[in-house]
Amino acid sequence: MSVNGSQRVDLEVVANLIPPQSRVLDVGSGDGSLLELLQDTKQVDGRGLELSQRGVNECVARGLSVIQGDADKDLEFYPDKGFDFVVLSQTLQATRNPKLVLDELLRIGNRAIVSFPNFGHWRVRLSLFVKGRMPVTKDLPYSWYDTPNIHFCTIRDFVNLCEELGATVEKATALDASGQKIGLSMPWWFWNFFGQQAVFLLKR
Amino acid sequence: MAALRAGKTNEEADKPSSPVLRFGSDKPLKLDAGTLLSPFQIAYQTYGTLNDARSNAILVCHALTGDQHVASTNPVTGKPGWWEVLIGPGKIIDTSRFFVICSNVIGGCLGSTGPASTNPATGKPYGLDLPIITIRDMVRAQQMLIDHFGIEKLFCVLGGSMGGMQVLEWASSYPERVFSALPIATGARHSSQNIAFHEVGRQAVMADPDWHGGKYFDYGKRPEKGLAVARMAAHITYLSEAALHRKFGRNLQDREALTFGFDADFQIESYLRHQGMTFVDRFDANSYLYMTRSMDYFDLAADHGGRLADAFASTKTRFCLVSFTSDWLFPTEESRSIVHALNAAGASVSFVEIETDRGHDAFLLDEPELFAAINGFIGSAARARGLSA
Repeated sequence: MSVNGSQRVDLEVVANLIPPQSRVLDVGSGDGSLLELLQDTKQVDGRGLELSQRGVNECVARGLSVIQGDADKDLEFYPDKGFDFVVLSQTLQATRNPKLVLDELLRIGNRAIVSFPNFGHWRVRLSLFVKGRMPVTKDLPYSWYDTPNIHFCTIRDFVNLCEELGATVEKATALDASGQKIGLSMPWWFWNFFGQQAVFLLKR
Repeated sequence: MAALRAGKTNEEADKPSSPVLRFGSDKPLKLDAGTLLSPFQIAYQTYGTLNDARSNAILVCHALTGDQHVASTNPVTGKPGWWEVLIGPGKIIDTSRFFVICSNVIGGCLGSTGPASTNPATGKPYGLDLPIITIRDMVRAQQMLIDHFGIEKLFCVLGGSMGGMQVLEWASSYPERVFSALPIATGARHSSQNIAFHEVGRQAVMADPDWHGGKYFDYGKRPEKGLAVARMAAHITYLSEAALHRKFGRNLQDREALTFGFDADFQIESYLRHQGMTFVDRFDANSYLYMTRSMDYFDLAADHGGRLADAFASTKTRFCLVSFTSDWLFPTEESRSIVHALNAAGASVSFVEIETDRGHDAFLLDEPELFAAINGFIGSAARARGLSA
């Protein structure tokens, strides 16, 4: 379910938020990169939920605990606070009902970690402003008609949604185009303009 | 030849050519039907060596008409073991690493007590005097066999179809004794359609005049025609329309044109007749009735107040479920509902659906993706269990 062509610089940022031996559910676990990273470096008890059957079969063949399923439909089967962390990386924008999905993440996990491409990034704004066209970037390589990303948001939008759902932002990181963290001291508008991706640690 | 082999089957029922464990009157088997089975016996095969920690044991549960000869030559048919593609030295389930146990289920006909076994009270085969056997009864007996080996916790329990039902029952009834569970092409209950197919098979057996109300042994007969028809009908459900079309199409059997009669004009007819005929050589008709019934009665959720997740409450067992896209006997949805229940129970679960046109029987065949999944799952479970490669 990870739907972008980028080299997933956010994975390491996500992994750094998770202490060893945690119970982790990775929603949209893709080819299992994050789960494998967490298993190898943090000895976590990791599980995955992945939309593509091919991705799932490859994960299981590599010894990862992954099932085929849909973030929009299958999260309801997980018990309350069943995991220390629920991760949704680069998938929120591809869900049909991001608000409900985020709500479910906060219910299932003691903490939720969400990473997403920032639609408020200056390149995106520039593409719309100057060219008048939907942006196609290295990070967001699809055309408007074939993109699986149906619910884009900006960092500001996401912060608002968190407030609406009663979630506390415990930590937030924005990554610029080269995958570097943007200084913590910078104000929101700066993040929203220069952050190509964002990683949030949430609690409710 | 058929009579000769039939004699062989009957021999196997009481004195199997595999090892057998006999339980006397001090150790009866408690049956769900409400009675005790005693004395009784379990015929089994083992492969490989149990390690000192007794932590490398894998229990294989066989399907409806399977037997304990999972990875060695079948004494009745002379054919290779039914899962030799998967199990053996150097194979995916490596018997130089694991201690593999497979036992004939209670109610079967290859050496564990079943309707073809001699009833000590009468000196004749039990026939229908044997109480109905359930999946849970089979597992209860297997548990006594595992006790005999001094194995506290099985490293893995695996099986397909009816074998998968036993795996689920094991994980539910004895969670502390199952480190990992691998139920393949199965369901937590037998569907209405599946019960329907089984009923057709049973009625075919019972309609054969040679069945004699289950007492055919008294008449020196066997309901071969009825059992063959039952097998033919069942065999269709193990395949898929696409596979049948691919293998047989409308091809004619050893002839240039239709004969305008009821001979086996089509290859598929000839194939099914062959399947039916070879089956009666190796299987007892009454045992077929008992086996099908055990599957019909299986409903794991019903045993737990209607909530399947409660069958696996706070389980520590690692699960991997496998289904096949063209399996219409146990469609993917059956596995998925088990996965959802395991999710709700907070269990560790993997789930793989494999794309194939080979239908339900795919689990017995050389399916690279199935083997890759089993290999990955067993490998990671072995690491978690601290078993060296």
